[in-house]
Amino acid sequence: MSQPSLPASIDETLALLERGGYVADRALATVLHLALRMNRPLFLEGEAGVGKTEIAKVLASTLGRDLIRLQCYEGLDIASAVYEWNYAAQMVEIRVSEAAGDTDHAELSKTIFDERFLIKRPVLKALEPSLSGAPVFLIDELDRADEAFEAFLLEVLADYQVTIPELGTVKAKEPPIVVITTNRTREIHDALKRRCLYHWVDYPDAERELQIVRRKVPGASERLAAEVVAFVQKLRADEDLFKQPGVAETLDWATALTELNEMALDPDMASDTLGVLLKYQDDIERVRGSKARQIVEEIRKDLPRDPARTAVPAV
Amino acid sequence: MAGAATDAHGRIVDNIVHFARTLRRAGLPAGPASVVDAVRAVEVSGIESRDDLYWTLHAVFVRKREHRVLFDEAFRIYWQSRGLIEKMLAILSPVAPPRGAPEKPKAGQTRVSQAFKAARERKTEQTEPEVEVDARFTVSGRELLQTRDFAQMTAAEIEAAKAALRRMVMPMDKVRRRRLSPAPRGLVDPRRSMRASLRAGGAIIDLKFRRPQEKRPPLVALCDISGSMSQYTRVLLHFLHALTEQRRDVHTFLFGTRLTNVTRQLRMKDPDEALAACSAGVEDWSGGTRIATALHAFNRTWSRRVLSGGPTVLLITDGLERDTDEDLEREMDRLHRSCRRLIWLNPLLRFDGFEAKAKGIRAMLPHVDEFRAVHSLDAVADLIASLSADGGTTAGDTDPRTWLRRSA
Repeated sequence: MSQPSLPASIDETLALLERGGYVADRALATVLHLALRMNRPLFLEGEAGVGKTEIAKVLASTLGRDLIRLQCYEGLDIASAVYEWNYAAQMVEIRVSEAAGDTDHAELSKTIFDERFLIKRPVLKALEPSLSGAPVFLIDELDRADEAFEAFLLEVLADYQVTIPELGTVKAKEPPIVVITTNRTREIHDALKRRCLYHWVDYPDAERELQIVRRKVPGASERLAAEVVAFVQKLRADEDLFKQPGVAETLDWATALTELNEMALDPDMASDTLGVLLKYQDDIERVRGSKARQIVEEIRKDLPRDPARTAVPAV
Repeated sequence: MAGAATDAHGRIVDNIVHFARTLRRAGLPAGPASVVDAVRAVEVSGIESRDDLYWTLHAVFVRKREHRVLFDEAFRIYWQSRGLIEKMLAILSPVAPPRGAPEKPKAGQTRVSQAFKAARERKTEQTEPEVEVDARFTVSGRELLQTRDFAQMTAAEIEAAKAALRRMVMPMDKVRRRRLSPAPRGLVDPRRSMRASLRAGGAIIDLKFRRPQEKRPPLVALCDISGSMSQYTRVLLHFLHALTEQRRDVHTFLFGTRLTNVTRQLRMKDPDEALAACSAGVEDWSGGTRIATALHAFNRTWSRRVLSGGPTVLLITDGLERDTDEDLEREMDRLHRSCRRLIWLNPLLRFDGFEAKAKGIRAMLPHVDEFRAVHSLDAVADLIASLSADGGTTAGDTDPRTWLRRSA
């Protein structure tokens, strides 16, 4: 099985993401290209729902690599992130050897801490050689893990190796493609950032967001897609919302309105479905009703002049 | 060696001893052993120029990065003609550098020159007027210092208060983490049990246990630096600096008309250096205050970044907001909802007749968990005790509802 080779230029990286259905801007393609070339982890920071995790998924699928995902949470420890011994099986092994009358302690502990009894967790899996080449290792929402785990990651990302006391050191022959994402619910330590290439994933501009909606919600009418994107863009720009809607919310909203058989953005329907887009009561209160109506009217005025829109006869 | 040379040498030794004494007073740990080392170093290195002497002594006395500033300052003053000292003392101010001063005293300068000052005072003890620094050495004096309002302290008392703040035993609040660590009792730890039983050849299963670790919850301080508050904030920054040294998760913000994050500046080891960096980063010391705007900026830009992990928030302000509207209430509400505990520290509470009548105060009170005074060392000690109890019942004067009822 031949796997796709790594992109050789920024343009090729862009094309690669495009093939995976990810509409990226040039800045992201550049940093991704560098990360692949330099074998450095890619550190993606940005608001929730701007498509950080998606990048890793698209990378894995287009490069034909395995995706190994480590979802971080408070209290994540070595046992659930790297490896654990299968204690029950070890117990059985001890009993069996006792029944057989083995009394050699040293031999027994060698048998017990054998690879057979090792349960591999994401970090260890990411360092193992695989048929399809080095996997894409996604460390998701690192900001949720605690600092102790961050310090441990430092070591892993520096040498791509972990040490298991009973077995020895496992070192990756070919370093995995590491993608770290964080929502910035706390600042990650500088020491870790220093080892990575940093990219702030921002909300897309109107044109790119419209492309994304077209790609991901093919069922939406052209007019609905354009109006939904214009509405969301206006919310982000003018309204002082506590939580800006992300791209994921835009897609959800476009999908929801399509499911409701809307061909264009209707102010009342927009108000009723705001819960798909906004997740804070204060924000919904602010936009619902007259505000939504006003925004829809404004975008109706602007849209015909919008070059990104293919001609659709106004209803 | 000629006699003149030995005489000069003797003077050098004397000078080094005095210099070390000055360093000690300035807070640089120069023990007798370093003095001996320094004399020997000067002897063996054959000093030929000022620079040689500087780096020789530097090699002996400076063992930490943050001591370089102190050393440099002390060296400059000590080994130069002493006429400069008076000039130094003149530009001194015991609080953080004044706003818009033409030349700010360098960090470390304050303490070094005070060390000199103290040395000179000892010589001229009969002629100098009594300074209230003596208050520290008598019991009744200490009590006086404990209850005295920061705003009414003399420069010397402020210094003593800052030292007292640094010496205070910091709060020991603990929350359980999800991470487990070995313990004599608790949940079974299969890994350690397995290894222990293997030591016995697998015959005995000797159970080992683990339990959740505890950590200190993060602390976020929002300090008002408007005109009425700046005196308190400057003193309290010393307290926050000491806190930042001792625990990992302390974030400090200053707000007047704008909100500034000074967390990184406060991580510097030298308190004077840290405060100087703070003032450099902030443009509106002692200007006006717009609490609602500042809180809005905090909620928008910072709350998600520093309020994870259930922090305790200290809001240090007098709550005297001129343009109050529902904005203030909404932002306070938002802040209150996104932290574990919100403590409002208000120096106005020191007045016996204080009533929560001002509109701003009434808007903020319903959204805080605790309402405390913070004008004296005693008040800070109470705050520490309250933090250590962590979410203990608020009663009497610290319960914001009491204040609302009283002035209803």
